[in-house]
Amino acid sequence: MTSLTLVRRIKARPSIVFDALTTPEGIASWWGPDDGPVLQAESDPRVGGRFRVRFRMLDGSEHESSGEYLEVVKPDRLSMTWRWTGGAEDPGESLVEIRLRAVADGTELTFTHSRLHDEETRRGHEQGWTGALDKLERLFL
Amino acid sequence: MVNYHERLDRVFAALVDPTRRAILARLEREEGASVSALARPFAIKLPAVMKHLDVLDDAGLVTRSKLGRTVTVRLRPEPMREAMDWLRRYERFWSKSLDRLAAYAESKEAEARKKRR
Repeated sequence: MTSLTLVRRIKARPSIVFDALTTPEGIASWWGPDDGPVLQAESDPRVGGRFRVRFRMLDGSEHESSGEYLEVVKPDRLSMTWRWTGGAEDPGESLVEIRLRAVADGTELTFTHSRLHDEETRRGHEQGWTGALDKLERLFL
Repeated sequence: MVNYHERLDRVFAALVDPTRRAILARLEREEGASVSALARPFAIKLPAVMKHLDVLDDAGLVTRSKLGRTVTVRLRPEPMREAMDWLRRYERFWSKSLDRLAAYAESKEAEARKKRR
């Protein structure tokens, strides 16, 4: 499966990190690939609830992503479906999973975005190709 | 002209198979290889290897050229770069976002501590 995992250590307790991830105010303060503004943030963090975020990038382009919360366990776990809405971005639905773990100086956050672009691979065997990309990256770059 | 996302679909679908990844890895090490040479390390028959090569060819990952009776397979790395650029965009998106999330949560933590005093 095509997936991406990032880990961050944050000097804040898990419940604060969790709120930053799920409240509209929190989302509006961090969401987006550059320092462009979040234009709209809606979030209903309960199982079956939805989120929607619209942001503008510094190049002026506007994008929107939305999805449904699948798992909301404050302050430990959060997962949601994720897709671009409107525009020419990637079609298809992917999965975002966030795990928060209390550590001595705050929180260790593990973020995974998976099922990226693998409609076909999911239908085929579940043979993961995680790791393959790393190897191929080494080969081709 | 196949569009960008269809191209990516084909590349990712091609990469999911370990035999095809092994073929690509070998072609990266060698300048080019004949079909029979490529088939040799695998416990599968030549027609099965040909099928894998068809998938890789459709994804634009290899080219095949025939000289006499020998078909030489060569790697075409461009679609792979395109696929990695695509994945890297997500990585940038989330990496930047999580950096800001951390800064925001840390400022909230500092506020909470001030209030408690």
